[in-house]
Amino acid sequence: MSETTQKPTGPLSPHLQVYKLPLTAILSITHRVTGVGLALGTILVAAFLIAAATSEQHYNVVMAIADSMIGTLILFAWSLALYFHMFNGMRHMFWDSGKFLQKDQAMRTNYIVLLFAVCATGLTWFFACGNFVE
Amino acid sequence: MSEYKDKYAAPLKRAKGLGSAHEGTDHWMKQKITAILNIPLVLWLIWSMIGLKGATHFEFKLWLAQPANAVLMIMLIISVFYHAKLGAQVVTEDYISNEWFKLVKLIAQKIFFFALGLMCIFSVLKIAFTTGV
Repeated sequence: MSETTQKPTGPLSPHLQVYKLPLTAILSITHRVTGVGLALGTILVAAFLIAAATSEQHYNVVMAIADSMIGTLILFAWSLALYFHMFNGMRHMFWDSGKFLQKDQAMRTNYIVLLFAVCATGLTWFFACGNFVE
Repeated sequence: MSEYKDKYAAPLKRAKGLGSAHEGTDHWMKQKITAILNIPLVLWLIWSMIGLKGATHFEFKLWLAQPANAVLMIMLIISVFYHAKLGAQVVTEDYISNEWFKLVKLIAQKIFFFALGLMCIFSVLKIAFTTGV
């Protein structure tokens, strides 16, 4: 290591560990995390389709897992991640066209994205849990 | 095209379209197109899944064997898996600093999503062609 005799005089850029992330930054990394999660979710889609194409037994096993407590929990988290990624992705398209880039607009649309994601998830499970088919 | 760029293009022209991944806007554009396509397709799938809740194996196969459903499903698989491949590529490009590992991981991811997508498409086709005949 080279010796440093001079101490930095200017302000340091905020280190990630000690810097309280604003909501806009949290949602930014959440977009990535949900994206990776959803990409891994394609494995489950493939597992389901392959099982259905293989035999009734395989299909029933997958459906039993999906129906279980843990399976339902995964599906719920999956739907929430999907809707968040979808609505935040729409916001990215607005950003790409130069809209809503001001700090206050970004903060306002943070809440809009979260609200839409939660409502869409709630609505989906409302329909999924209800018995609307006679 | 690249030959043209190398021979005749001015430095600025050559620099345009080159980002950290050396692909320019091509990747971005594909990501946006698949993103837009994913919205109606995924909403259609969620809506269909709600309707298929508790479906037996045969009921599910009958549903998937309908031409519109089979084709929409294959379109969804292509668009969603391609979008996932593009997204995973960016994450790897951003976080893996070792050039060799990055290259190997990128190729592996590409093969992974391609193979998984093919398995899905084949499964859909198998069900579509063997149900209700």
